[in-house]
Amino acid sequence: MKLDVILRVGTKLVLPFILLFAFYVQFHGDYGPGGGFQAGVIAAGMVILYAIIFGLKAAQRVIPQELVQVMIPLGVLVYAGTGVVSMLLGYKFLEYTGFAQKFLTAHEWGILFVELGVFITVSGTMSAMFYAFVGRGR
Amino acid sequence: MMGADVLSAVKPHFPILVVLLPLLGALFCALIQRGTLSWLLTACIAFVLPVISGLMLFDVLKTGQTITYELGNWEAPFGIVYKVDGLSALVLTLITVIGAVIMPFARRSVAYEIDSHLQSWFYTMYLLCLAGLLGITITGDAFNAFVFLEISSLSTYVMIALGKHRRALLASYQYLIMGTIGATLYVVGIGLLYVVTGSLNFDDIASRLGPAMAERSGPVMAALGFITVGLSLKIALFPMHVWLPNAYAYAPSFATVFLAGTATKAAIYLLVRLLFTVFGTTVPFESMPVGHVLLALGLAGMFIAAFAAVFEENAKRMLAYSSVSQMGYIVLGIGLANVSGLTGALAHIVNHAVMKTALFLALGAVVYRIGTVRLGDLSGLGRKMPWTMVAFAIAGMGLMGIPGTAGFITKWYLVLGALEKGWWVIVFAIVLSSLISVVYMGRIMEVLWFREPSQAAEKAKDPPMMMLLPLWVLALATIYLGFDTRLSVGVAAPVAEALFGGIK
Repeated sequence: MKLDVILRVGTKLVLPFILLFAFYVQFHGDYGPGGGFQAGVIAAGMVILYAIIFGLKAAQRVIPQELVQVMIPLGVLVYAGTGVVSMLLGYKFLEYTGFAQKFLTAHEWGILFVELGVFITVSGTMSAMFYAFVGRGR
Repeated sequence: MMGADVLSAVKPHFPILVVLLPLLGALFCALIQRGTLSWLLTACIAFVLPVISGLMLFDVLKTGQTITYELGNWEAPFGIVYKVDGLSALVLTLITVIGAVIMPFARRSVAYEIDSHLQSWFYTMYLLCLAGLLGITITGDAFNAFVFLEISSLSTYVMIALGKHRRALLASYQYLIMGTIGATLYVVGIGLLYVVTGSLNFDDIASRLGPAMAERSGPVMAALGFITVGLSLKIALFPMHVWLPNAYAYAPSFATVFLAGTATKAAIYLLVRLLFTVFGTTVPFESMPVGHVLLALGLAGMFIAAFAAVFEENAKRMLAYSSVSQMGYIVLGIGLANVSGLTGALAHIVNHAVMKTALFLALGAVVYRIGTVRLGDLSGLGRKMPWTMVAFAIAGMGLMGIPGTAGFITKWYLVLGALEKGWWVIVFAIVLSSLISVVYMGRIMEVLWFREPSQAAEKAKDPPMMMLLPLWVLALATIYLGFDTRLSVGVAAPVAEALFGGIK
């Protein structure tokens, strides 16, 4: 891979834009198409591209295996935790009304947190699956 | 006073907590990655759940009203609603009680059979599976039930694959294929129902099904077929049972113990819920021959699986085949399509769970001591592990249906159901199939008690107290449920009546 200058430099150029696009899709999710799942897959795509071009070891230096393993339950915890917080505020599970004064703002906040949880879990799971496949047989 | 305040504040949230607590527990188990700590957390959650579901069962029985909970406060046909009526409260209580009673057994058994770095993942999967099964039982939404079905199934595949034996992977894969086909057929059925009724809520579908049937009956019939076959795969009804013996035989002992008592029961619950609450009794049992098909397959399973059990050399596989045969009884009770038959079926869900869990607990203890469950290696264990094997014998007698045990009660009600229909052949078949179970249980008893100890059994002794305790609790429950039927038939009978009477 040492000789593929175009690939290596090109990848480095593209990586930040992939992440940016992932965040765009993430934060656009409560208004239009997009959301945590799609954004998570795009973000994981960045990790996968990096691993393909620079090797698994380099990718795991940036996003370690341990981090990926923690991300999977952590995202679900953020999601479920949003519901628990709404219960503690005196509303039903995943009822966002208590998060802000205005009904719509409250729901926007609620969806934002839930989508954040989805993003963390999906990107973690995608990366973990890729690591598991690539790491086989070493 | 403080406690009462907290209880009244938490009580409205009981339906969601039953699913939420194991789910959160699973996440924490995945995060902490310490085997013993995970076990402690799992045990704490597992012991809180039966309290919650027991209180709900008590409430439902006392007031006769259903408990509902709207997720996110979205109203019934639009949002997901959790609904606890007599039927779901019964199955919820059963699953949570089994899930709690077996927890003391788990620590040593899991520590012995599963590598230390995987133990925490195992408890994660256990709690996820528990959350899934409880979710199936509590939800009032057809698609939500599918999601929970998948959660419980996926975690089950992982639990089975964690078995020590190399064939565990193959067994898990086999179940993965079959289970996925089952879930797919179920969701195809739900999709058809959605097309004709425009709803996913069980009650809402039920109320719209009549007009939909009058307009176009084809899709409804097809949906009924898809759903019945899909869930039969999950139940391991006779020709669709092939995955079960291997899955039970090669899974870690604790996983087998848990799955044998709960997994197929939740699928049975879902089938009963759909056949009776959603389709109403007329569509499946009068317009379509679903009742007769279930009857025939139940009968076939009772015999063929029992015969397979007689010739089995691996004790775990023998009990697994016996599970398929016992599922036959339950499905037979549903297929009889009368109150006595359904009462027997529902009571047998409880009784079979108690007995089979006890039997697999005993085999789990054997694995813990001698590391094998081949029939040849078990010889003479009765004298080496007396406490384990006496409990095994008690639960085994329950399985045969000897009077004074839980098994007798349910067979009695099944016989009553068949007599009401005037089907003497089925009465005869129930008795004959019980005799076959006497043969296979007798075979294993003979090996255990009347032979010289094998080389493997020579040094065996009873397992520690923590492992014996759950076994004896369930073995004594087998006898208790044989005399005091308030907990099984007493709950099942009004539920069965409501299922037949409530829907016109």
